[in-house]
Amino acid sequence: MDTKPALAESTDTTISRRGFLMKLGILFNALAATILAVPIMGFLFSAITRGRANGYLSWVPLGKVSEFPEGETRLATFQNPYAMPTDGMTVGTACWVRRVAGEQFQVFAINCAHLGCPVRWFPQSGLFMCPCHGGAYYRDGSRASGPPERGLFEYPYKIESGLIIIQAGELPTPGAAIARLGEKPSCAS
Amino acid sequence: MRIMIGRIQLAKIGGWFDRRLQLAAPIREMAEHPVPRNTASWWYVFGSAALTIFVLQIVTGILLALVYVPSAAEAWSSLQALNHDVALGWFIRAMHGWGSNFMVAVVLIHMVQVFLFGAYKFPRELTWIVGVFLLLMTLGMAFSGQVLRFDQDAYWGLGIGASIASRVPILGPAIVKLMLGGPIIAGATLSRFFALHVFVIPGLLIGFVCLHLLMVLKLGINEWPMPGRIVRRATYEAEYHTLTKNDGAPFVPYAVWKDMFFSAFIILAVLACALFFGPFGPTGRPDPTIIQTVPKPDYFFLWLYALLSLLPPSLETPALLIGPVVVIVGLLLLPFLSGEGEKSWKRRPIAVLTVSLIAITLGTFTQLAGYTPWSPHMNAWSSDPIPDQYVHDSTALERQGALVFQVKQCRNCHSLGNTGGQRGPALDSVAVRLTQDQLIRQVIQGGGNMPAYGKNLTPAETTALVAFLQTLHPKGQAPALDASRDMALSDEKAPGAKP
Repeated sequence: MDTKPALAESTDTTISRRGFLMKLGILFNALAATILAVPIMGFLFSAITRGRANGYLSWVPLGKVSEFPEGETRLATFQNPYAMPTDGMTVGTACWVRRVAGEQFQVFAINCAHLGCPVRWFPQSGLFMCPCHGGAYYRDGSRASGPPERGLFEYPYKIESGLIIIQAGELPTPGAAIARLGEKPSCAS
Repeated sequence: MRIMIGRIQLAKIGGWFDRRLQLAAPIREMAEHPVPRNTASWWYVFGSAALTIFVLQIVTGILLALVYVPSAAEAWSSLQALNHDVALGWFIRAMHGWGSNFMVAVVLIHMVQVFLFGAYKFPRELTWIVGVFLLLMTLGMAFSGQVLRFDQDAYWGLGIGASIASRVPILGPAIVKLMLGGPIIAGATLSRFFALHVFVIPGLLIGFVCLHLLMVLKLGINEWPMPGRIVRRATYEAEYHTLTKNDGAPFVPYAVWKDMFFSAFIILAVLACALFFGPFGPTGRPDPTIIQTVPKPDYFFLWLYALLSLLPPSLETPALLIGPVVVIVGLLLLPFLSGEGEKSWKRRPIAVLTVSLIAITLGTFTQLAGYTPWSPHMNAWSSDPIPDQYVHDSTALERQGALVFQVKQCRNCHSLGNTGGQRGPALDSVAVRLTQDQLIRQVIQGGGNMPAYGKNLTPAETTALVAFLQTLHPKGQAPALDASRDMALSDEKAPGAKP
């Protein structure tokens, strides 16, 4: 008997006790979900945000300068500086080292600037050729032909106590930090 | 007598369960719901076949997960163990791989069929939209499955995926790291593709398949399209109801036997392919320092491989980023753009043309990707000798040129006598097309997608090479000649000759 007037009452402007508690319950859950979202999102996106200042880049040695004959381009490999124990053989990376003269080098990423396939060096014709979509580059890494829109990516390098050291650690793609580092300012040349 | 008692016992047990579950009646109702008689057709079996293969994939997938190790350090060896050490491991791998190919194929055929039969029109718009997501998830499973086969192709395929993702403006680098689980392709990459392939996408697939099926049951199977029978929102549902009432038959057993036959046939086909062709890979170890590799995607992404080689560079990024959006949005909007009207393909020429055009395009690209004419043949210069007839009766200079031609890797892109690369034009009759001057210019400066060789050839090498190239013309067809050349040369000589 009592319920009828109570229901009629609740359709009015006043809020019933139960209706209020349910809304409070929804609000409480929304709050819990928001707090829960912080660690979930933090974990999910940690691959992007980790080590934001310098990104994943660090200086890794490629070998002695004397291992690279002047005027030649040689394959070198290095260990990725950011590694996990489960990486297995994927921790290794290859790159092409061109010793122009003396301490002047060019260190090219193995990845084609088109879509990342491994380019191969042909000393006889002085070209890097890509097996995937037919990109080709000259010995200085500049684009020769095919689908790439730019030259090969270059790792920044320095020479310390007879070792050639490059700044690496990120898959070279057009948007990666390494690609921006490799760009020469237009006024420099 | 015994059998009778057994049956009564069974009925009792069944009754005990149904009193609690209360599922028998709705299942019977579902099975016996009336369908239009002419939908009991062999054209209507592809949806159920896709579901059958999906179940097969779940079963073989779980079996593989019993042995497979989703770690970049171990995955490749665990696949080798499956192939060679575990009893029938190779066969389960082969079934899962072939099942994946069959699933993509059957889903595509199913999609073409419902498109041509106008099944996406009112009131089945949402069934179509859910179907589009099911197609995307199926392709997602195919790609992530290729990654789990953690070999060279998988490694470099991921690199290609990352390179495509990196082209997204502003967000590109972040998307790449999110996709790879870090800055490079490594352990975290395989782990997250494992999670996608085994938990995320299959979970979504199961949910979406249930939705898809639920709508097929609630809205009824699409009736056989009759030319001239127009779909109108106002009247369609009543018309369909009358159709199933007057000319309907219970789905079980009237139509279901064809589904059952085809499903069994598909399972046997997967088994046969697995038995005869065996498992896919794994190819070489996923060692990024081994660069002697020619990565290639799996069959259903070969068309993309061809497209990425043939698009002009300036169109590539827009096509890669906008193309998929246009296609997906187009597919999703289709039922809203033509939700009413003719269903029959006989009255929808544009629909038929669209399907044919897409099929021919994808088929051509896939076929092209089978022999990749755009890729240099990396070993042609050292493995395909110049056929004898091209150096027969030639001068010392021309032979020297043939040597330059071989050593400078011209063969990697140019064929002679049908051997060598196809990146550039075949040179069997190049002398007919280009004069001596044009040959010199082309070799030194390149152009038309050919690198310039000026810096890599001495003047003597260029002279020899061009002398050889000038001999390349069919018998009885004269080489191209610049008519003004003699005149120009004699003019040059003339002032020198005077004194």
